[in-house]
Amino acid sequence: MEIDPLIFRLSIFILSIFIGYYVVWSVTPSLHTPLMSVTNAISSVIIVGAIIAALAGNSESIFNTSSIFGFLAIALAAINIFGGFLVTQRMLAMYKKKKKSK
Amino acid sequence: MISANLSAIFYLISGVLFILALRGLSSPETSRQGNLFGILGMIIAVTVTFLSIGNFSSGFVFVVIFILVGGSVGAFIAYRIPMTAMPELVAGFHSLVGLAAVFVAISAFLNPVSFNLGTPGNIKLGSLIEMSIGAAVGAITFSGSIIAFLKLQGIMSGSPIVFKGQHALNAVILISIVVIIYLLCSTQSNNLFWMLIAISFLIGFLLIIPIGGADMPVVISMLNSYSGWAAAGIGFTLENTALIITGALVGSSGAILSYIMCKGMNRSFFNVILGGFGATDDSSNNQNNNEQRPVKSGNADDAAFLMKNASSVIIVPGYGMAVAQAQHALREMVDTLKKNDIKVSYAIHPVAGRMPGHMNVLLAEANVPYDEVFELEEINNDFANADVAFVIGANDVTNPVAKTDPQSPIYGMPVLDVEKCKSVLFVKRSLSPGYAGIDNDLFYKENTLMLFADAKKMTEDITKNL
Repeated sequence: MEIDPLIFRLSIFILSIFIGYYVVWSVTPSLHTPLMSVTNAISSVIIVGAIIAALAGNSESIFNTSSIFGFLAIALAAINIFGGFLVTQRMLAMYKKKKKSK
Repeated sequence: MISANLSAIFYLISGVLFILALRGLSSPETSRQGNLFGILGMIIAVTVTFLSIGNFSSGFVFVVIFILVGGSVGAFIAYRIPMTAMPELVAGFHSLVGLAAVFVAISAFLNPVSFNLGTPGNIKLGSLIEMSIGAAVGAITFSGSIIAFLKLQGIMSGSPIVFKGQHALNAVILISIVVIIYLLCSTQSNNLFWMLIAISFLIGFLLIIPIGGADMPVVISMLNSYSGWAAAGIGFTLENTALIITGALVGSSGAILSYIMCKGMNRSFFNVILGGFGATDDSSNNQNNNEQRPVKSGNADDAAFLMKNASSVIIVPGYGMAVAQAQHALREMVDTLKKNDIKVSYAIHPVAGRMPGHMNVLLAEANVPYDEVFELEEINNDFANADVAFVIGANDVTNPVAKTDPQSPIYGMPVLDVEKCKSVLFVKRSLSPGYAGIDNDLFYKENTLMLFADAKKMTEDITKNL
């Protein structure tokens, strides 16, 4: 009997939760704010779904009810992706070690 | 057009890159590289999506336009936002992820053919459940984050909004969400789907209004977690590995942060979520009883004298420092102290500020080297050996009552042992109690000198007097 592909996805999901658990515990507390902004940026990979939604069924017209929601989602996710990664970069650039000269 | 298998492999790669992005944050040295991994993962995911659709017609142009418009708005915000406003920014960004999840779910519901999920009115059962969950959690994330944003921004009062029957109402709504999803699956009705989204928006709103300002670190982390679960829900609908992996990562990340924040306050997650903390009556009684006790207050000159004669100083920053934007003035004061060969370190309580790690970012912004900044467990034993503790904008996290008085609402909360220092300088605008609504015993200790002033102004004055 064949295994439903859903089970495979569920396995990936569960294992990823465990990976997330161990990886996040190893994040140093001083970087918890950048952690939040970068998780914010990567969760916007939902843009993948938005692009499919926007480009689907454009046989006659580009904009129909369903694709308009896709386009809006693209814009929202794009704000997050650019904003999230850039603000993280900006924050991380500020973390400096003590100068050795002292 | 690339094959489904090939694109699945690329999505997997981008998922792995996202894991590496988080892994990089284990130390500041590797963190910048980690962020680049994240960006690379995103580029791969988006590119593969375009290639697998393989349609570069006029629709594609519009997609690029929308990405560029959204992207420039995001980039603009990222460069302009002051570091003190980071909690608001993150809350705002969470709301966008939530809304994007809702939109994708709506789109998939209206046009399931393009997602390979069946036909309208006859969507595969599993997919329908997945998209309903994605939409509901996304909607909760959206409206909850909006409230958190308004509270953090000060547009809405930070004090908890409680009313009779609140918990009962929330419970009814949550149950009805489950019932609607069940009915939706059996009838596939459009109206039910819209109703589901509408009441999910409502519950997100209701869940956050009773939670007070200083509990925001938990709320933001929790909404972070929700945004991840919403993304994972959509990931299952779209059968997309990158989304599933990312959703799980973000979901568990937010959950862990919420746990750390709750532990920092010695409160259970449910206690925070049920809300209303700091709005109780007995706290105001507490205040009145103690108003008569004597305090020693001083000026910048006294503070400068104390610090000049110290050999080690520990700085305890809190939310008040962020409000007064005093981090740069503080750094200047510390620079002067260091010139006088005084050892300075910073002690950060896990829940100082309005989001996890908030104080660390502000200090980093003011060019404080991160190896002078310590977490509670690392530094708590050092207070006994330090000459001066300089408390700036923190309050409840220094209250010794948490160790001594089992009646106190904050009893058992881990606190910084500030009172063990030879002398304590407490910068505060007034004697008013902190968020927990209880008086701080530290104010009345023999060795405490209260400095009643705006944090920034006081710090600047001390620097002048050093």
